[in-house]
Amino acid sequence: MYELAVIGGGPAGLAAALEAYNNGLRKIVIIERDREPGGILNQCIHNGFGLHRFKEELSGPEYAQRYIEMLDGTAVEVRLDTMVLEITPDKKIFTATPGGYEMIEAQSVVLAMGCRERTRGALSIPGARPSGVFTAGAAQRYLNMEGLMAGSRAVILGSGDIGLIMARRMTLEGAKVLACIELMPYSGGLNRNIVQCLHDYDIPLYLSHTVTEIRGKSRLEGITVAKVDENRVPISGTEIDFECDTLLLSVGLIPENELTRAAGIKIDGRTNGSEVFENMETSANGVFACGNAVHVHDLVDFVSDESARAGAAAAGYVKGERHCGDISVFENGYGVSYTVPQKLHGDTKSEKINLFFRVNKVYGKSKIIVSSGDTEIATFRRQFMIPGEMQHIVLPTEKLKGFGRITVSTEGEEK
Amino acid sequence: MTELTCIVCPIGCRLKVDEKNNYAVTGNACKRGEVYGKNEMQNPTRVLTTTVAIDFGMHSRCPVRTDGAIPKGKLFEAMDILKKVRIKSPVKCGEVILKDILHTGIDVIATRDM
Repeated sequence: MYELAVIGGGPAGLAAALEAYNNGLRKIVIIERDREPGGILNQCIHNGFGLHRFKEELSGPEYAQRYIEMLDGTAVEVRLDTMVLEITPDKKIFTATPGGYEMIEAQSVVLAMGCRERTRGALSIPGARPSGVFTAGAAQRYLNMEGLMAGSRAVILGSGDIGLIMARRMTLEGAKVLACIELMPYSGGLNRNIVQCLHDYDIPLYLSHTVTEIRGKSRLEGITVAKVDENRVPISGTEIDFECDTLLLSVGLIPENELTRAAGIKIDGRTNGSEVFENMETSANGVFACGNAVHVHDLVDFVSDESARAGAAAAGYVKGERHCGDISVFENGYGVSYTVPQKLHGDTKSEKINLFFRVNKVYGKSKIIVSSGDTEIATFRRQFMIPGEMQHIVLPTEKLKGFGRITVSTEGEEK
Repeated sequence: MTELTCIVCPIGCRLKVDEKNNYAVTGNACKRGEVYGKNEMQNPTRVLTTTVAIDFGMHSRCPVRTDGAIPKGKLFEAMDILKKVRIKSPVKCGEVILKDILHTGIDVIATRDM
């Protein structure tokens, strides 16, 4: 029997296992379906990782390796090539391994399965079904790990970070990237990526546009793009044709929670991740969740922080810490699309609560307001907020005590 | 006055650089933003990240990066050089793959063990 089983050996799983070890657990297993740990970081060869965590600018593989090295010499066991098929409420974990079917038992579990990409099927783009339409992350893995280029003339649909990074990457590798198309009137990616991935290479960004047709028999031959109105409906007469052999989709990430759902753990419809308390505990006692399986992050540094909290809480649980008493709930106010955590244990020993959320509007000078009914609990000023950048506020637990429902809202100059 | 988005870190500060006042930078949240703003207007540089072919490795490509920023205008030239590089496993993270690329004084290093 393990003290802790961590599902997933990406950045979240590695950080959770490490922190649980540092908090005294000795029988920890990380279960990873790939043949090496590191998760998505292994294909994110660009730099910009680790500025918060290590005060250095690292590439994805370097960031992963820091954690793998910290785990070396600990007793944390890593089972590779092992796919978790089912987790039961009593923490039995059924796995498919190269050696066959195996059951693992643990006193606590950390869910760190990460997320996956939305595909063409989720968008219902009309047209033919030729090859040459990839998710940006799949094309990234082919190129960066296997040395295979997706194509030579590409259009990117969606301005999420992976799409922007791939626009630069394919350009550097000799492909012509014709355009990046974004349905919303603002980009879904980080501003720095708009600058260093699109502007640097003169790749135009079409905001409020979408792909309305895909053409080609066996291989993609071209696409049609049109402007959309405020209801995101294509406007007739605004069509632009692009001749291209590749269309990359960077249209959102979905937390991977089949195991979570099957185990009967509560899922938040806003994030598609499990509902969590301030210590990252899910609705099942002793089962914690962290990283992109909970909500999609922009920065791995924040994944590591969050996952360390999950690992520490799992260690506490194994040592007998239990929560009881009142529970507070965080709710969306104006301008806010979700909050993580969703709930707060009234008897938490943490002095501060890290609250993460996203806004659903583009703001200039603005204010974040945390309130309950008519009572204002805290406010935070911001120069700038966009949906593509996750917001983070730190609330003193003392101030939140006694409030059953706590609302997070925003106000200010909307752009 | 030129407006720039700082790319040093993911915060992406909005910088204003005053060309007429010795490239004075405002709007930056840290010292590195000031350096970026001044450089970007006079000699823009970028860290190049790519891969090189590797034999006997776990994957067929090994990720590498320049161990410092190189002039933006030399990125494609540097890519041409790195496309011809072929290394052998094992390689250590941080190991120099190519010294002083394009006489920039900057080395190209591996960014993982393989």
